[in-house]
This record gives sequence, C-alpha cells and structure tokens, in this order.
Amino acid sequence: MKKIKALKCKECGQESPPIAKHVCEFCFGPLEVVYDYEWISSVISKEKIASRPHNLWRYWELLPVEGQQVLSLNEGFTPFWKSRNLGKFLGLKNLYIKNDAVNPTFSFKDRVVSVALTRSRELGFDVVACASTGNLAGAVAAYGAVGCFKTFVFIPADLEMGKVVGAGVYDPIIVGIKGNYDEVNRLCAEVADIFHWAFVNVNIRPYYAEGSKTLGFEVAEQLGWRAPDHVVVPVASGSLLTKIYKGMSEFHQLGLIPELHTKISAAQAQGCAPVVTAIKEHSEIIKPVIPKTIAKSIAIGNPADGYYAVKTVEKTHGVGEWATDEEIIEGIRLLAKTEGVFTETAGGTTIAVLKKLKESGKIASDETVVAFITGNGFKTQESVQDHISKPYIIEPRLNEFRELYESLVKSKQVEEHNFLKNPAYQIK
Amino acid sequence: MATKVRIPAPLRKLTKDQAVVDSNGHTIQEILSELEKNYPGIKERICDETGQVRRFINIFVNGEDIRFKEGIQTKVGSDAEVSIIPAIAGG
Repeated sequence: MKKIKALKCKECGQESPPIAKHVCEFCFGPLEVVYDYEWISSVISKEKIASRPHNLWRYWELLPVEGQQVLSLNEGFTPFWKSRNLGKFLGLKNLYIKNDAVNPTFSFKDRVVSVALTRSRELGFDVVACASTGNLAGAVAAYGAVGCFKTFVFIPADLEMGKVVGAGVYDPIIVGIKGNYDEVNRLCAEVADIFHWAFVNVNIRPYYAEGSKTLGFEVAEQLGWRAPDHVVVPVASGSLLTKIYKGMSEFHQLGLIPELHTKISAAQAQGCAPVVTAIKEHSEIIKPVIPKTIAKSIAIGNPADGYYAVKTVEKTHGVGEWATDEEIIEGIRLLAKTEGVFTETAGGTTIAVLKKLKESGKIASDETVVAFITGNGFKTQESVQDHISKPYIIEPRLNEFRELYESLVKSKQVEEHNFLKNPAYQIK
Repeated sequence: MATKVRIPAPLRKLTKDQAVVDSNGHTIQEILSELEKNYPGIKERICDETGQVRRFINIFVNGEDIRFKEGIQTKVGSDAEVSIIPAIAGG
C-alpha cells in the first residue's frame, strides 16, 4: 500500500512519479505531493492520533513518507497555551501561543527536516544539503549527523554567530557564501542541478515543505480538535504559511475538525516584505527585494512560495502587515516579559504584527487567535543585546549592594521594573 | 565571443542535454530569440504569451537577477554568463 500517489504541478496539474524533483518539467511550477486520501481517511482517527507519542509523527498518515522507520528526534507537539499576560496586555481575550522555539534544534525547521531526511533516505540518498538562513542549517546538520548522512549546509557568510555555532556543533561541512540568502539559494539551485544530493529545500522541497503542515495539525488538536479564528504567521519563503493552512484544510477534509474558517495573516519585516507588499497592493506579482532587516531568518527577498502565500491570505480573508526593526525588538521583549518565551527576530515580527493588527481592528478582541513562534532567541542574541537589562557590577560586599539598592529605590526602578505593574502601561 | 547560457534540467531535452549553450545578443531578449532559433520551442517555455519571463523562472546575468535591472531589456556583455534557474527553491 503506497500513500504517495504522485507529484503534481500546482500550476498545470501535470503529474510525475514521486522522486527527488521540485519543478514541473513543463511549466516550472512547484510540485506537490498527491496522497491517497481515500486510504488515509479509512485509517486515520482522532483516537488513533491521540494515542501516539507526542511528536509530529503522530500524523504519519498525512506525511509524505512510505515507511514506518522515520528519522525523528522527537520534534513537534510543542507547547501551546492560552496567553497568560500578552492577551490581556493587547486586549485579546482568547490569544494562544504556539511555541515552536523548543524543538530539538530550537526552531520549526526540525519538522520539515525530519520529514525531508526520512524521505531522502527512502529515495536512496546518502548526502543531504540545504540553503539556509540559519535555522535550517542547524536542523539539517543535527538530523544529518544522527541519520549518518554526509551533510553540506550553505549559509550567508554574515549569519548570526549563534546560528553558525548551532550548526557547526554537529560537524557538517558548512559553506559560507559571500552574499545574501537569495544568492545562497541561487547557488544551491545550480549545485543541486549538477550534484545528485538530497537538497532538502531544492529537489526534496515537495516532501520537506509538507512537514510544516504539522503546525496546523497540532494547533487544531491542541485547541480541542477545532480550528482557530485567526492565526499570525511569519513569512520568509511563504511555505510555512501555506502549509499551516493546508494542514488545517486536510483535517477539515478528513472530518477531524468540524469546520474551517481560519483567517491566515502574514507577518514580515518592513526591510524585507515582498509578500506583505503584494497583499497590501492586491498584486499577483511578487516584486523581489534586497533585504535590509535584522530579521535574517525571514530575510528572503525572492520568496519561492510568495505567490501562494498571498493567495492563501486573500482566500482566507487574512491580512498582511510588516514591522520595523525597532518594533521587532520590542516584540521580542514583549513576548519575553509577558509569556516567558525568548524568541528570535521572526517571533518578534509575529508579535509586533499581532499588536498592530489588534490596534488597527483587523483582529477582534474575542477572536481565538494563535501566534506562531518559530525560532529561539538564544540564536540571535546580537539583535537584542543592546536593548535589554544589563547587570549592575559590584564588589562582593553587602554595603555595595545596599548602596545599589538604595539608588534603585530612589530612582523608582525597583517598583517599575516589572512593566506589567508599571502604571505607564495600560493593561486593557 | 558568445554568451554562455546555463540551461536548467527541465529544458535540456530541447538543448540535446547540454547544460551550457552559446547564444548571441546584446540583451536578454535578443539572447532568448537566438536560443529559440537554435533550439525551437525553448522560448515559450521561458516566456509567457506577453513575452515576459514566466512567474516561476528567474534569469540572472553574472549572478544578478534581471528583475533588479531592466528585465528582459537587461544588457548582456559578450563575456557575461546567463543562468536560467527555476524559481521554486529555498525557505
């Protein structure tokens, strides 16, 4: 019994066998996995899913692999909770946080890589590679090491140190490209054309991208088998956004959730917002940009799935909004102080955009809203280190601490340091 | 001296499996027309009915995306390298 029937072009519908291939031979459109939904619907159930281990392979039937031997580091089924303080602060009664920053390599990329490398092994590859803005590099390096693949990761040479170290520790071959991510990506497309390797986000992309559906599955399951009213998703290539929606759509199609009305909204950094610009201008054309933002993990100026991300946002009546670098930093701090989660710049973008959408009335106060936090702040410390609390340095003597304390009391910093109690912040 | 044009895998059936072919022209438009003469059928795979490069194809001149330059009117030096690359990758 094979559940993958074919790869099908999203544009012209042409089908081809499910091998390592990402582009339609005829029209260059993207290929997507075609499943045997009849079989899936005959075997899947809420009870079956709920009885399985807490990782993304609980949704095995809906993932593009044939075997049961999967390459897993227990990724997915990450924490999800009703906001403790942020919702109150923003005036949202039903805000939920999906914290994907606590995956094995601290970003949502573990989802796509677990699927991609499992499939790569099924297709007979022993070398894996990727073009990465950083998070993917760490994930491919880790899963590549555990799966005993030879591993090449291609990154922009100026990446944050935390991301370079976070990949390097697994001992892959790291190639730093003197250029931005789009240039890394172009080079990888050319390398993938010549070297017969499993490039997770080039020739393995149709399988890889399916891993992101599990974020949609999980949120629906963790909400008690229902779809939220509105979600805010950070956008780089646009793949994550389209697949979160696809995940929820599949659940709906299979009768695992009763109905689907979720608005999907896109968050980008103002310095790299080709998708949000197209949404705002009601344009089908995604104009590529040269990124200029601290949010490097989402700095893709020429997004592969930009067109489909725009279509998904429009179809679901979501919106697109951007955040400036200052707003992104403020978003990171706000999430840390309200929910205890230290996210990276992509998460800061999501929170900044969530705040703007509430303020502009695009999200109503009683909507069930989910904010997707996709990466960990410890990897991008450079972006916030000059904007956060610093230690007061003293000698190990009690009187020095007394003096410090008195000066803090005098300057009112002790009462006001918790901003939720600070009268300057109006909690709605 | 002719311009070297890198042909992506899906189009190599038209170029008799050659990954790099020579073409002449001062602009991308002229290069594509010359390609069409030598490899009939290739231009309609790259451009749509209006003559614009298809949504899912990127063209680079010496590594620079022509959409950041003058599109298909982008000038091409005789020693330049032109790459035609599927847009669907990355992220």
